[in-house]
Amino acid sequence: MNATVPGMSDLPGTDASGRTRRQEFERRQRRRALAVATTSTLVVAALVVILVPRTPGWYKVKRSFFDVEVFSTTFPRLLSAFVKDVQIFAWCAPCILALGMLIAVLRSVRAPALFPFRLFAAAYTDVFRGIPVILTILLVGFGVPGLGLDRPYNSPYLWGSVALVLNYSAYVAEVFRAGIESVHESQRAGARSLGLSSASTLRHVVLPQAVRRVIPPLMNDLVSLQKDVALISLIGPIEVLRQAGIDKSKYANFTPYVGAALIFLLLTIPETRFVDWLVARERRRTTGTAVR
Amino acid sequence: MKLSLRDVHKAFGPRAVLSGISLDVAQSEVIALIGASGSGKSTLLRCVNLLEPIDDGVILLDGLDISEPGLAADAIRRRIGMVFQSFNLFPHMSVLANVTLAPRKVLKVDKAEAEDRARSLLTRFGLAERVDSFPDQLSGGQQQRVAIARSLAMEPEVMLLDEITSALDPELVGEVLDVVRELKTSGMTMLLATHEMGFAREIADRVCFLDRGEIIESAAARDIFERPQHERTRQFLQRVTDAGRL
Repeated sequence: MNATVPGMSDLPGTDASGRTRRQEFERRQRRRALAVATTSTLVVAALVVILVPRTPGWYKVKRSFFDVEVFSTTFPRLLSAFVKDVQIFAWCAPCILALGMLIAVLRSVRAPALFPFRLFAAAYTDVFRGIPVILTILLVGFGVPGLGLDRPYNSPYLWGSVALVLNYSAYVAEVFRAGIESVHESQRAGARSLGLSSASTLRHVVLPQAVRRVIPPLMNDLVSLQKDVALISLIGPIEVLRQAGIDKSKYANFTPYVGAALIFLLLTIPETRFVDWLVARERRRTTGTAVR
Repeated sequence: MKLSLRDVHKAFGPRAVLSGISLDVAQSEVIALIGASGSGKSTLLRCVNLLEPIDDGVILLDGLDISEPGLAADAIRRRIGMVFQSFNLFPHMSVLANVTLAPRKVLKVDKAEAEDRARSLLTRFGLAERVDSFPDQLSGGQQQRVAIARSLAMEPEVMLLDEITSALDPELVGEVLDVVRELKTSGMTMLLATHEMGFAREIADRVCFLDRGEIIESAAARDIFERPQHERTRQFLQRVTDAGRL
């Protein structure tokens, strides 16, 4: 084509490869950015690898926290103890979401007959958000079985879980409530104008939008729950933190704790990335284009 | 009379928004409410749809006092359709789900039948291809046509249109007005608040000019635009003309 139009190839718009000036510029920019990022990462990594072992005391730090031998003997034990953490999380999380939703809905209902429930819901969130998780666990986990309950109703698993559910539901309820309140009044007007009752409006219009909006903060709370499950170790169950503590004492070495930390990270980092992906997918699905 | 308002009063706190509105709408009549922003047009429509309770006066639908405090409002609202300036579509639902929600949940129509009816409504408004789209994927004009279809799916006896073209780009206004023209042809009783004077003149049997919560003048469309009787009506129309909107 260029040959048929005299002087076309001399125009600044395209070069020999057929790319526009803009495309050529952006290509150069991308290459340059990649080169700079790679170089700086390599430099920093090299400095860490070279300098850190030369610091005074590194040998002690390494022996105490990163002992390969201790790690390889304790890590499998830690992993199997971690199954308990996952189990406790797995039955607590649905209970927390359900109870949190219930409390949030009770707080936003305006019917006068339900006023006692509103009052209860408000008091509940105030109380349990105001108490440290660990205190709730000690109080419920030691306190309730201490009333003289028989097996299996005195299980620390049971009461530890109850404590977590009580505490986290309060946080999750507030997240749901914020979501419910973020749905614009015009959505309610739209639904009510069609003759939907206030319950139907809540169920079909407000809650679905509220829940979608709060998925990221909700997942924050669940990741946080995944970690706080370890606090149950204080009332007895041998889960990963407790197991790491036992191994720490046995080998007089902190490596098992580092191993436990590693296990938590292996779970929580993919969890958060998965949530990011979910949110991005939802946005793509309903808007067509991703807004950067 | 299909719809009657008798001396309707409404205030938000100390601010009176409607001060003694009386208006009769006959079966299949189209009435346009015109007036400056804040004159009470939208509030009037919201009161008729019971989205706002009125302070005093009576609203009658087919002779039934729907302003009676304590009346089951949901049963009344399903007989009165309302379309909003900002569409108020449900963004988490497809177009089809938006249109079928109320028939299914309120009228208990089964899913297949509700979808059939929704599809034919959407086809009628040129939206056959968009049934599976989400509101955010549509243009403003398309969204507003979906909103009208959603309202019509309840087979209302009266339609209230609250400045339904005000949020649209100028080139999209026409497609929405076409839908309203079609509704008039089908004999729908309509009460519409609008800033589109040309359209009000074309489609309305009667035009009411509202100012500070009162109906200042109410007359046949042609009369009000060509021979306004009241000084405030003349001033308003003059401002609209000066702004190039008539």
